Amino acid sequence: MSDSEKKKPNRRDFIVTATTAAGAVGVGAVVWPLVDQMNPDASVKALASTEVDISAVEPGQSITVLWRGKPVFIKRRTQEEIDSARAVDLSELKHPEKDEDRAKNPEWLVMLGVCTHLGCVPLNDKGDYGAWFCPCHGSHYDTSGRIRKGPAPTNMEVPKYEFVNSNTIKIG
Amino acid sequence: MSDHEYTPKSKVGKWFNDRLPLLTLANHLTDYPTPKNLNYWWTFGGILTFCLITQIITGIVLGMHYVAHADLAFQSVEHIMRDVNYGWLIRYVHANGASMFFLAVYIHIFRSLYYGSYKSPREVIWIIGMLIYFLMMATAFMGYVLPWGQMSFWGATVITNLFSAIPLVGESITNWLWGGYSVDNPTLTRFFSLHYLFPFLILGLVVLHIWALHVPGNNNPIGIDIKKPSKDTVPFHPYIVIKDAFALLIFLLIFAFFVFFSPNILGHADNYIEANPLVTPAHIVPEWYLLPFYAILRSVPDKLLGVIAMFAAIFVLVILPWLDTSKVRSTVFRPIYKQFYWFLVADVLILGYVGAMPAEGLYLLIARVATTYYFAHFLIILPFLGFKEKTTPLPLSITEPVLGGSADMAMARNNSDLKEKL
Repeated sequence: MSDSEKKKPNRRDFIVTATTAAGAVGVGAVVWPLVDQMNPDASVKALASTEVDISAVEPGQSITVLWRGKPVFIKRRTQEEIDSARAVDLSELKHPEKDEDRAKNPEWLVMLGVCTHLGCVPLNDKGDYGAWFCPCHGSHYDTSGRIRKGPAPTNMEVPKYEFVNSNTIKIG
Repeated sequence: MSDHEYTPKSKVGKWFNDRLPLLTLANHLTDYPTPKNLNYWWTFGGILTFCLITQIITGIVLGMHYVAHADLAFQSVEHIMRDVNYGWLIRYVHANGASMFFLAVYIHIFRSLYYGSYKSPREVIWIIGMLIYFLMMATAFMGYVLPWGQMSFWGATVITNLFSAIPLVGESITNWLWGGYSVDNPTLTRFFSLHYLFPFLILGLVVLHIWALHVPGNNNPIGIDIKKPSKDTVPFHPYIVIKDAFALLIFLLIFAFFVFFSPNILGHADNYIEANPLVTPAHIVPEWYLLPFYAILRSVPDKLLGVIAMFAAIFVLVILPWLDTSKVRSTVFRPIYKQFYWFLVADVLILGYVGAMPAEGLYLLIARVATTYYFAHFLIILPFLGFKEKTTPLPLSITEPVLGGSADMAMARNNSDLKEKL
């Protein structure tokens, strides 16, 4: 090879380059289906939304429903809980988000019941902020589901949801 | 690799061996010259091979009765325990066999650390060994998910969520690993498939591990180079075979104790509750053999850095041959390193203990100190010690200390007549 280094590319160089390029595309085309088959399949994606009847939930109560295999907390908050969530100064927060943005209807807080650290389900009415506490690695969340203390990096996620009517929430 | 040419005695043997030299290989393995001073810490290679074969055989049998489906897995494990002939025995051997495998591998690794078996010219053996160790952890983790109990499910959730710490692509990667938006049936079926595959990858690496070992030959308790074959070596068969077999029997006594008298002591009661994605057990702990790494993960308050620290704890072992700058292999001749070695052993045990405890208060503080020390040992103490430490004189051969010869060169030379006669 050292002899040809300074030479102009000849026909053989062209063939080698073209073969390598075509081979790489071929390998990629074979490997991608083998990789992509592990991604969420059509049947998993089909279960993308769920409707929940919330007529029986009293103030202060929380229900947990399963959506996409994950728990979703639907909490009907008391006035004190709403007030304490809205009174927090944003500068105190690790992941600053207004409660107004997290709960469009202040009485109802809907969020994924999944700790943003490593995915455990936090416990209700526990922890330093009287709201949620993750038993796995000790993350404390406030009454708006925002991370206040512990290893979790972000607030609990608010999924896409809407009120179909006053008694029904559609998640997803 | 044999130092002498081998010719099979029988005509058929010679005919076959000329076409496929399997008999030459067998001859190499039986005659393989081994240092005569190997102690019982050197028997764990054989014990580990036994463990791997046991796991593969019991695993294949369990696979005949187990059903990899989120709705059926838990019941099929109970079916194995109650209905399948000797199913309880086979499952308990497999489950406790994993623990025994790790017990043996930890002794094997710490033996290497004590006698400097990872040093030149054995770096490749060490790195292959670390790859095996890493695959063992992955295999054990996926195997623990298969019974689909609460610890299975939540252990899988926590460990797969480690990858969500990766910036930008973290969520796509976890969804790809799960085959969904949470740990569910697609996760279970792929874990079963890979749990079946990995032991055979390990088996392949074990062959390379032994091959790489047979190039320079065994290290030994005094860690000096030996000529082979010589008066410092004995053939592998029967000397080492018998010694390994005896150690294996002792090991099997302990193994049998766990299987027959306390088969569940190393597991968690929570795993006899079927997986429930709505309820996390109050206290999630991995299996005991992963606890030190779990402690390191939890001791860092930042998610991404915690994950990096945990993987770094393994990676630092891989590059150990270049971190330890001392040319002297055996700790026997390294008085200062000897103390740090035992500090490291204590440190890893402490990490294992706090890994099993809740991550709060004093436990968290201890975990942080122990994590810091773990990295300091490999990244600061070891490189520095190689230059600073005054090692004690090495003997000239394995037989020399036995013969009462001193390490002094002149005296050793005077003794050489005696050695010739041996």
